Amino acid sequence: MHPIVKLLSQRIALGLLLILATSALIFAGTQILPGDVAQSILGQSATPEALANLREELGLNEPALTRYFDWLLGALHGDLGTALTNGKDIASSMTGRLGNTLFLAFWAAIIAVPLALVLGLVAARYAGRWPDKLISGVTLATISLPEFVVGYIVMYIFAVNYRLFPSTSVIYDSMTLWEKLNAIALPVIVLVLVVLAHMMRMTRAAILNVMQSPYVETAELKGLRPATIISRHAFPNAIAPVVNVVMLNLAYLVVGVVVVEVVFVYPGIGQYLVDHVSKRDVPVVQACGLVFAAVYIGLNILADVISILTNPRLRHPK
Amino acid sequence: MPETLLDIKNLKIEATVYPPGEDPHDITIVEGVSVGLEGGKVLGLIGESGAGKSTIGLSAMAYGRGGVRITGGEVTLNGRDILKLGPKGLRGLRGREVTYVAQSAAASFNPAKRLMEQVIEATLKHGLCGRSEAEARAVKLFRKLGLPNPETIGNRYPHQVSGGQLQRVMTAMALCPEPSLVIFDEPTTALDVTTQIDVLAAIKEAIRDTGVAALYITHDLAVVAQVSDHILVLRNGNKVEYGPVKQIIEDPHEDYTRALVSVRSIDHEEKKPAEPVLRVDNVTARYKGTNFDVLSNVSVDVAPGQTLAIVGESGSGKSTLARAITGLLPPSAGRITFAGRTLTPDLKTRSKDDLRELQMIYQMADVAMNPRQTVGTIIGRPLEFYFGLRGEEKHKRVQELLDQIEMGKGFIDRYPAELSGGQKQRVCIARALAAKPKLIICDEVTSALDPLVADGILKLLLELQAQEGVAYLFITHDLATVKAIADSIAVMYRGKVVRYGPKTQVLTPPFDDYTDLLLSSVPEMRLGWLEHVIETRKMESAGN
Repeated sequence: MHPIVKLLSQRIALGLLLILATSALIFAGTQILPGDVAQSILGQSATPEALANLREELGLNEPALTRYFDWLLGALHGDLGTALTNGKDIASSMTGRLGNTLFLAFWAAIIAVPLALVLGLVAARYAGRWPDKLISGVTLATISLPEFVVGYIVMYIFAVNYRLFPSTSVIYDSMTLWEKLNAIALPVIVLVLVVLAHMMRMTRAAILNVMQSPYVETAELKGLRPATIISRHAFPNAIAPVVNVVMLNLAYLVVGVVVVEVVFVYPGIGQYLVDHVSKRDVPVVQACGLVFAAVYIGLNILADVISILTNPRLRHPK
Repeated sequence: MPETLLDIKNLKIEATVYPPGEDPHDITIVEGVSVGLEGGKVLGLIGESGAGKSTIGLSAMAYGRGGVRITGGEVTLNGRDILKLGPKGLRGLRGREVTYVAQSAAASFNPAKRLMEQVIEATLKHGLCGRSEAEARAVKLFRKLGLPNPETIGNRYPHQVSGGQLQRVMTAMALCPEPSLVIFDEPTTALDVTTQIDVLAAIKEAIRDTGVAALYITHDLAVVAQVSDHILVLRNGNKVEYGPVKQIIEDPHEDYTRALVSVRSIDHEEKKPAEPVLRVDNVTARYKGTNFDVLSNVSVDVAPGQTLAIVGESGSGKSTLARAITGLLPPSAGRITFAGRTLTPDLKTRSKDDLRELQMIYQMADVAMNPRQTVGTIIGRPLEFYFGLRGEEKHKRVQELLDQIEMGKGFIDRYPAELSGGQKQRVCIARALAAKPKLIICDEVTSALDPLVADGILKLLLELQAQEGVAYLFITHDLATVKAIADSIAVMYRGKVVRYGPKTQVLTPPFDDYTDLLLSSVPEMRLGWLEHVIETRKMESAGN
């Protein structure tokens, strides 16, 4: 077996193990929360008999370990349980929400990742000169502002002053792709501004680090143009650190967009989670936690896999 | 009719330095150097580190490394002053008229690209010929330079070929655009002697066959004597002496050149064998996760107050033997006896006295010291740890040790970054001595130093041995060093001791084939040595 296959399967197995461990943590975390689900559903005036009945009905009297394995087994089959508050199937109500979040994240990533890489390369090419300072300054400013401030600023400019895009991003299935894109334009802009700086700065730093290498000097002494040196000799060796930061930011686009979704009233998974946390709907919180963890770990494994695949020492062993 | 290809006039090179605690200021690296080179000839640039030889070499490409700037003089190549060229003109010059071979080919190849792509890159970029013709040229050069599988080696990645081969591929890369001048910057310094000789012969032949002119930069006069027509001796950025190679070697005019020619002239009388302080008995060791023995059945002794030199090329197991003795790599079989006690295989189970009496000095002095500790702290640490010395008492002892390594007052509060390479190695020696050891393992301690500085270190080690009666296990690949310092010698080859005994016996014929190869590969300061060795040797080096 090629050593790289072994290495990759080890990484993936490790990722699966990590998801399993996270699921245990999530379950344990929701168990030690103070308060009682039955109490919060029925309210302060509930009779002890009613509470006892509801607990029995919800299976809250079973030992925690049994409930954990029931939950895990269900989750593996795509059954995340039913929401306590409205009795709906969590998996089916989450699918649409998650789809919306992924839709938003996808378009933000499609713009942000290439833009960050190009800006990082340009900043590295003109390191210490005005294009570098301009790019670094502007991206630093956008990452330093809280998301909701950036959100209201773009809303003020594009929705109020110029009336280019709607200020709330309501989407539904019957909309055409173009209408949907028009609706999510503002949150996409905000997300791009928020994740751009991190990726761009890492690209710049990684490239500048590689630019110190003797092989870059070799390229310079071949008479190559600076842009060629960066794209052909520096960038292929800077992929690994950049990919890791890109994946962290992609994960953020999925699991960290709560504030942006609230600002633009976007029906994504972040809002769904916030709604149910306030209602103490434990199964929904657990399900969201599990999905977020899976996305996060999955993207990080992908980063590892790409790093391994782009390493010539691993790809072509002696 | 000989025509001047390169003409350097009154060159001045400066750089801005940023010393800690001081304002940045400009220093002059090279001043007032003038030299010329005819087409097809080889000029050797020689000097110690800091002499400005690489800086002058790179000025032929109008290139300043780091913050280095060429601030004065003229560099005329093929009839035009290249210092006046703009960025575009320089790009047309570099990689086309002048090419460069670096010291460490391993670091100078892009690890992410195949060799062929890098070898023909400059040729294609300058539009000298099409891809298929460039590849044909490269294969021809690979063959000429004696690389194995010349047809397919270009498909490999840099990490897939050995250091000596990579250095030859880099030479092919430099010759591929058919330049008029190649700069060789210490191309064999990082190689084993046995590999160096092959690379040297290949470079010499390639230069002769292609008729290209070359600047050959090195600190080893014996090496440059084999390939050059003229030699320029440099010191501290100034010209010391310039002349034909024969005159420089046989009749040097300046004192400094004479010192370079006669370097390594230490005479060392071999001591009589005695009851050993360290006995390595049938030691076998392997690294975790590998399936071959790096050391197999190694047996050697070191007598008190004497020096055992372990010689061999890289990969022969020299440093692994040191790791086995110190317990860093517990041997899988065999016994190590030290000062009458049997040492446990693993470092962690050894007594404090075992640790104290067995000290080590490393090749890279700068990475063997904590850069954020002063010399006083570094040397004081073993005094505290082993003898519980504190305050005034410790300070006094540190100063004594500094006097012993001839560094005197004023160094105790300095940081390693403020010391020269030789001084750093001296501090490491003092740190080892502070523990009052019975044996010091010296792992290539002079390999990273200039010849004259290395000489000083060897003399110091011998003096300290006479004063303190400490034994040395001296690991090196350099046979000149061995002759200067050893009482007995063990020659290692692929994890085995192939020849072992008192110095005179080991160095007296008849030799086994490997010892013969090793001894004959040490460059000698005479003309025609290279050709003679290549003709008469019996086997090829392991790294080839």
